[in-house]
Amino acid sequence: MPNDWNRETYGKCNNPHGHGHNYHLEVTVSGSVDPATGMVCNLVDLDGFVHHEILERFGHENLNTLPDFNNAVPTTENLCIRIYEILQRGFRHAHLEKVRMEETMMNSFAYAGGKELRD
Amino acid sequence: MVYLTRKAEFAASHYYHNPEFTPEQNRAIFGKCNNPNGHGHNYTLEVTVKGKVDPQSGFVVDLRQLKDIMNREVLDAMDHRFLNKEVPEFLHQIPTAENIAIAIWQRLAPKLKAAHLHRIRIYETPDLFVDFYGEAA
Repeated sequence: MPNDWNRETYGKCNNPHGHGHNYHLEVTVSGSVDPATGMVCNLVDLDGFVHHEILERFGHENLNTLPDFNNAVPTTENLCIRIYEILQRGFRHAHLEKVRMEETMMNSFAYAGGKELRD
Repeated sequence: MVYLTRKAEFAASHYYHNPEFTPEQNRAIFGKCNNPNGHGHNYTLEVTVKGKVDPQSGFVVDLRQLKDIMNREVLDAMDHRFLNKEVPEFLHQIPTAENIAIAIWQRLAPKLKAAHLHRIRIYETPDLFVDFYGEAA
């Protein structure tokens, strides 16, 4: 897109040197409570997956340089969708319901695979 | 479908009084909130919109436009106001958090173009909030 369109659409976010956020990620999963453990899923499994597949991939990286964003602008909308896809494909211990991300204290985004949210 | 939530804070005062009730009934139902001199809250408003991500911009909605609309339609009208006396919706309606959520929905819904309003959440205190999803009020 032309430079004017980028400046107009993204404002300060169009600075090619980039800018950072302290993102907060919430992953919601669902499932029956296992009668043996009393758990929907073992949090160690969920934490491990998020750590290896998401935090190591995206944490302290320039998102624009990652293959995930070769063809998409790394808005928090698109980051939410990408993280949902990674969890959906790889996390097998419970059913993925929703990914929610806070970009700042004042903005947040949620994605449930295209489904309507109940809250 | 991605959901985006933007917060805003405003301070306003209100009191609860129904002219169809006797003074005793008003005091019994509304308690301290019936004081006609009003009392204040620091409200936190959360506006959630939903929509498809625009493939060119990567946005559900332009956050600056949403912020401008919230400022113009809600904060300019309600921030640092005595809701009962200064906001038209509450001249004849009690400005409870429930009614404030409905009024904010009605102010914002017609102004949003690309994305659809999904939820209005308003915190009156950190312990109390109201959600409104635009059902027939």
